[in-house]
Amino acid sequence: MATKKAAAPNVKVNTPWKAAIKRDWQLYLLLLLPLAMVFIFNYAAYPGMRMMFMDYKPAKGYDGSKWVGMETFVKVFKDRDFRRALSSSLVFNVLDLLVGFPMPILLALILNELRYVKFKKVSQTILYLPHFLSWAIIGSVAYTMFRPSSGLVNMALMNMGIIKEGIPFLTEKWHWAVTYLLIGVWQGMGWGTIIYLAAITSISGELYEAAMIDGANRWQRMWNITLPGIKSTVVTLLIMNLGRVMGSNYERLSIFGNSMVRDFQYQLAIYIYEKGLSNGKYSMATVVGVFQSLVGLILVLLADKVAKKLGEDGLL
Amino acid sequence: MAKKKENIPRDAEVTSDGSRAINKFRISDAVMIAVVTLLCATCVMPFIHLFAKSISGNSAVMAKRVYFWPKDINFDAYASIFRDGSLVYSFIYSVIVTLIFTLLGMIVCTCAAYPLSKKRLRGKLVFTFLLMFPMYFGAGLIPSYLLMHDLHLLDNMWVLILPLIYSPYNMLIMKTYFQSSIPDSLEESAFLDGASNFQILWHIVLPLSKPILATLSLFYAVGRWNAYSDNIYYIRTETLKMVQYKLYQMVASANEAQTATLSEAAAVTSTPEVLQAAAIMFVTIPIICIYPFLQKYFVKGVMVGAVKG
Repeated sequence: MATKKAAAPNVKVNTPWKAAIKRDWQLYLLLLLPLAMVFIFNYAAYPGMRMMFMDYKPAKGYDGSKWVGMETFVKVFKDRDFRRALSSSLVFNVLDLLVGFPMPILLALILNELRYVKFKKVSQTILYLPHFLSWAIIGSVAYTMFRPSSGLVNMALMNMGIIKEGIPFLTEKWHWAVTYLLIGVWQGMGWGTIIYLAAITSISGELYEAAMIDGANRWQRMWNITLPGIKSTVVTLLIMNLGRVMGSNYERLSIFGNSMVRDFQYQLAIYIYEKGLSNGKYSMATVVGVFQSLVGLILVLLADKVAKKLGEDGLL
Repeated sequence: MAKKKENIPRDAEVTSDGSRAINKFRISDAVMIAVVTLLCATCVMPFIHLFAKSISGNSAVMAKRVYFWPKDINFDAYASIFRDGSLVYSFIYSVIVTLIFTLLGMIVCTCAAYPLSKKRLRGKLVFTFLLMFPMYFGAGLIPSYLLMHDLHLLDNMWVLILPLIYSPYNMLIMKTYFQSSIPDSLEESAFLDGASNFQILWHIVLPLSKPILATLSLFYAVGRWNAYSDNIYYIRTETLKMVQYKLYQMVASANEAQTATLSEAAAVTSTPEVLQAAAIMFVTIPIICIYPFLQKYFVKGVMVGAVKG
């Protein structure tokens, strides 16, 4: 008995179930709690997806509503609102990626080059702050800063005589698009920077030494050592972000919503909330939601495969 | 490795063209410092402005004279917020919800992470898949909404707690930490001494995991504190709404509803703009105050979670 116990913890043996339970029943007991949570709150929602194939009426419930096969799918993809929401979502998400993905990398490279430790530490602390703020705070702060007549930015610009009228940062759709994207970059730059900086510090110092002895300047070192050194981290984060290309953030969209920018602001999250919860078109909203999840999953799997083919580690 | 790098004299550029290289070096340095400083300013200035605005006199604010220094200092706006009480109530309510959420979340997280971190666990692959899959695929808003309805959790404080306390992402971080930071030998010797799994978890593993427990508690707390979309979806009763939602409401209703409810009397003494600024600061100041102290745990946690090897 004593020898069996001593061998068990470290050896990978295919223990028969009876023995495994006898040895680790406490571990299985612990697992019951999270398993219960995941089944009750995640998996229990999956059957609800059958609404995609029904003409679900809230009043009639699951049993009272009839099955319509692919009809709802067709309805959704024909729906002009859906097409609008889809294209807006995709455009903005891709732009988010294009503008927002490189930013933390650049910041990490810059911060890594600076030699003044105090400055580095303080600036890192400050730059991570936006990530700690909710969209409600960010939105309300943004309005305060960017209001056409009384926002700080416009006040300053007008008082300095640079402009005559306030710039409609958040109240005209093209300006809104730029402001919206930049605020997204602002909010996320801290988090990515932490990760890339951590990856950079794990690059061997000897490589830099050798490069400097060979006469490489800072840009050459950055290009040949730092960037390749964080390649796997970049790939991992890229895969994670690709999975969100079909996603949509309700908090971020709703806080910046107003009638002037509706065209661009009407994206998938808004579509689902309005058509689904507000207008009761549960089936249609379910189709869109599942569509989002599926596409996201497929994108992550594909990107992971591609990454592995190219020799990287991948996410899964 | 990191320490070694610190000692390399980074400004010792070994090039043939000595002086020119050092000059170019300084300019790019200056540009970088300028860029970073500018970015930091964008993070700090808005709050300085808002704070100044919140304690300034109405006329100064209306005349657009308040930039970063308050004018005609008075605390009327804050006084009305406290007198009205709804924001204060919501704040305290949110703190309670966050605390419960964090406690339960940490318990559930540990219950998943510890067993899954053991190589010897039979069926580990299946359990890991079951516990990680929801992170990659969700049923969507409507099925979740109906589920909450069926569970009688709509318009109930617990809908803000229960569905999210198990977080696959946090569990992954904790599991990784257990696997990499708790040596097997420790457990083995405990087994030899006759300890049970529970005892090892409670007396050995948890005390050694204080850093990751602090970090993940932070992740849970900040996550719950900042999120308010579930408030929008699942709750109708005003008193069950969390404080971020109140702020959202203030913004979304185009500055009318919240300031009206904040108190009619207040409307006499503070213009909506000052009151709004005060409301925003009321919700934000606590975070800004706690943030510097928690930041290092947050950074460690993000690093453990994302960097490979």
